[in-house]
Amino acid sequence: MKLDKLISMANQIGAFFEAMPDREQAVADIANHLQKTWEPRMRREILACLGTADEEALKPLVREALRRL
Amino acid sequence: MNAPNEIRIDPRKVGAGGTVTLEIDGVAVTVPAGTPLLRAGVEAGVMIPKLCDAEGLKPFGSCRLCLVEVEGRKGYPSSCTTPAEAGMKVRTQSPQLAKLRRNVMELYISDHPLDCLTCAANGDCELQDMAGVVGLREVRYGVGDAKPGENHFTAATRDESNPYFSYDPAKCIVCNRCVRACEEIQGSFAITITGRGFGSRVTAGQGETFMASDCVSCGACVKACPTATLVEKTVIEMGQAERRVRTTCAYCGVGCAFDAEMKGEQVVRMVPADAGRANEGHACVKGRFAWGYATHPDRITKPMIRERITDPWREVGWEEALAHTAREFRRIQHKHGTNSVGAIVSSRCSNEEDYLVQKLVRAAFGNNNVDTCARVCHSPTGYGLKQTLGESAGTQTFRSIEHADVIVVIGANPSDAHPVFASRLKRRVREGAKLIVIDPRAIDLVASPHVRAAHHLQLRPGTNVAVLSAMAHVIVTDNLVDAEFVAARCETKAYADWREFAARPENSPEALEAASGVPAAEVRAAARLYATGGNAAIYYGLGVTEHAQGSTAVIAIANLAMATGNVGREGVGVNPLRGQNNVQGSCDMGSFPHELPGYRHVSDTTTRSLFEQAWGVTIQPEPGLRIPNMLDAALDGSFRGLYCQGEDPVQSDPNTGHVVAALEAMECVVVQDLFLSETAKYAHVFLPGSSFLEKDGTFTNAERRISRVRRVMPPLAGKADWEVTQDLANALGYPMAYTHPSEIMDEIARLTPTFAGVSYDKLERLGSIQWPCNAAAPEGTPTMHVDSFVRGKGRFLPTQYVPTEEKVTRRFPLLLTTGRVLSQYNVGAQTRRTANTDFYAADRLEIHPHDAEERGIREGDRVAIESRVGRTVLPATVTERVAPGVVYTTFHFPESGANVITTENSDWATNCPEYKVTAVQVARGS
Repeated sequence: MKLDKLISMANQIGAFFEAMPDREQAVADIANHLQKTWEPRMRREILACLGTADEEALKPLVREALRRL
Repeated sequence: MNAPNEIRIDPRKVGAGGTVTLEIDGVAVTVPAGTPLLRAGVEAGVMIPKLCDAEGLKPFGSCRLCLVEVEGRKGYPSSCTTPAEAGMKVRTQSPQLAKLRRNVMELYISDHPLDCLTCAANGDCELQDMAGVVGLREVRYGVGDAKPGENHFTAATRDESNPYFSYDPAKCIVCNRCVRACEEIQGSFAITITGRGFGSRVTAGQGETFMASDCVSCGACVKACPTATLVEKTVIEMGQAERRVRTTCAYCGVGCAFDAEMKGEQVVRMVPADAGRANEGHACVKGRFAWGYATHPDRITKPMIRERITDPWREVGWEEALAHTAREFRRIQHKHGTNSVGAIVSSRCSNEEDYLVQKLVRAAFGNNNVDTCARVCHSPTGYGLKQTLGESAGTQTFRSIEHADVIVVIGANPSDAHPVFASRLKRRVREGAKLIVIDPRAIDLVASPHVRAAHHLQLRPGTNVAVLSAMAHVIVTDNLVDAEFVAARCETKAYADWREFAARPENSPEALEAASGVPAAEVRAAARLYATGGNAAIYYGLGVTEHAQGSTAVIAIANLAMATGNVGREGVGVNPLRGQNNVQGSCDMGSFPHELPGYRHVSDTTTRSLFEQAWGVTIQPEPGLRIPNMLDAALDGSFRGLYCQGEDPVQSDPNTGHVVAALEAMECVVVQDLFLSETAKYAHVFLPGSSFLEKDGTFTNAERRISRVRRVMPPLAGKADWEVTQDLANALGYPMAYTHPSEIMDEIARLTPTFAGVSYDKLERLGSIQWPCNAAAPEGTPTMHVDSFVRGKGRFLPTQYVPTEEKVTRRFPLLLTTGRVLSQYNVGAQTRRTANTDFYAADRLEIHPHDAEERGIREGDRVAIESRVGRTVLPATVTERVAPGVVYTTFHFPESGANVITTENSDWATNCPEYKVTAVQVARGS
């Protein structure tokens, strides 16, 4: 699967949850959403971008959530 | 074939006057005060002769056959217009009444042809029946130069313009039933009575043919007609039916109950059932008439296989086809891993079929790669309502709208897509309810006969969340929140967070006006009406869900309902109008890759263990691939085999080029369908499907109503769809041995708490059941969230408007949005194979006159539409229905390729495609 598409999808998720006033809750909810609705190979592929230049394209909240998976 | 009278007085309709007891022909009967004597007679078992009265119509009092005598009163009042009062003594038979009725009948027959033996209504004619009941023995009069028993309209030309029914004025008795049915039931006001005295006749439009008039071919007039004046052409051709089988329509999510009237194994006609709770005797042009596809010559009735998709098909037996399929899937899994195959199920299939496919995937394939076409329509409903209210379903019955004072229709076009519900809605608006329409197009409901929306918020495509959040802003800042309801029923902190969010200046109607294009004052007025106008109900469709913020919009709708206390009783609620007959059911049945039946996540150990024990397998605890993920994974090589039952992603999913590339990358695509669909062009195995007329099962409509589908003819290919899935499971080495779909439902009930009380026996007894149906609600649950929300406390969530990434540019300056028309249905596989093409034979592009003029486009011109992903050509319709900057088309015809141009943008939570927003350019020429 294309990484840029996965990043875009993850950022869309982040855009919804970042409206939450409680940042901690938002990060937890993003992580939970990814865990519960993304098939493992999708999660594996996006997790692989952490620590690379590609992770810059992720919203900070999403990056934080991914680190909790 | 006269229908038995199934409709009794509804005890819920007892008004403030309570009940009264009276005597009819010496029989004491108790009915709600005000009940017409004619109806009270039915309750007392006394049948009073009648002609102008019919089920579902208001009393009219014109035929003078239902005359009665009331002790202590003078004259002979018509029983249909005389209300029952306490202590009345009513006589329906006396020598004087008999004489009066015979005289009335004689006058009717004096102007009616006496051709009963050759008449299409012979055996199903109320006029004939009543002539018999009153003992008519002679006709002494004629009209003008006509002899008794001739009709002065005999020479009048029949109107055969409609493909499904005929109008013969010679047989009309001017009872007005057809006119009243068109007005009171359908709400089209398309026909009237013109002329006076014996010159009176039914006229469509202003002296037009039925086809040229505003008639929508719902068939209400035909059903109401007591003679052969308006009659189905199939009845003229085939004669009266021999038997009747109650079943459920396989078109939209209204789920109308029909009686399939049969002659042998041939359908004579489909008649909407008065006892059907979803439709209460009404129908639309699709369910009523467009069933001929079931026996269309295009049906494929033999399994076929081929090595490569470029090879010709080779017909094979069922055994060979299923063994080949099983071998291929096992080969692929052996080579590419357990998770390299999956299935797509259809919302057109039954609950039992959907359940069986997801079971096959989880138990025989050994993964969770199963998804439903609800992915591309209402998956955001499932997510949004689960998050806020706790259950992935609508909250009401359709009938609930009778108690609504304010009706909000957002992103839905019920007159076209859910016509039978639209008729209810229009009736309620005619009674005085206020209507708010939120839609980029001026849909029919904005202004139609005797219906006018109080507000039409004509927003730009893609800005639902902006408008809904602005409405929330008004409700919060104007102190219109139902504080008592919120305090008692909703999470305190979540509400406080949402309140603070909604009140922010950036969510005000003024701040969001530039984005949505809706004047702030209109948003404010609509929000105030919704919050203060009494019972307020929201109805929404794919114009809400098929967006990048589809789930956010569903959440925003639930927020509004909770904030104003409009949940948990009749007349209110959050009501998704499901596109297909079994969208709700396919979702309920565990067809999503992350949920087992009953919306329980696959990671839930308790639930998983329950199914593992019942099925004797281990179920993966991780979610599987959704449809768009399957396509992406096919292109990266990790997904190689697809079992596609009753779904046509090549035509119905966005970015056709992408879908085709993904299918071409797979090693084994199996299509199970009625016809060689667009997707079948890329298949290696074709398994013939069965139509709803050929199998038993259940559908669940948008009200959560489970209704029986009954087999009226044997499957053309020899197997019902559930049998094919079962045989495939067996070929894969996973044993299934159901002998009837009722056994599948029994298993669903054993494993799914919301279905625990459902069985075919109970469905037989009750007619239909709205889930949850369990020990707490043994006969089902018409209204949800009555005392508390399913999740306990209702949960508000902030709904930040995020503009879609699909933006207009100089290159693509217009926004394309898509929808359906009344006469066609989704990808058109069924309706294109019926005479419904007489009403709509090609997709068209609606464009505003300003945009058309700028481009030199005139009505009917062929225009090229280009988006970032593709290009297609359509004929143009220049209309102010769409706003400047917006164009609109349908997607019923494969040759028009509407989805060649839609993009893969999708809802953030569910990947439901953003069909409703595509930036395009339109130019004259092809």
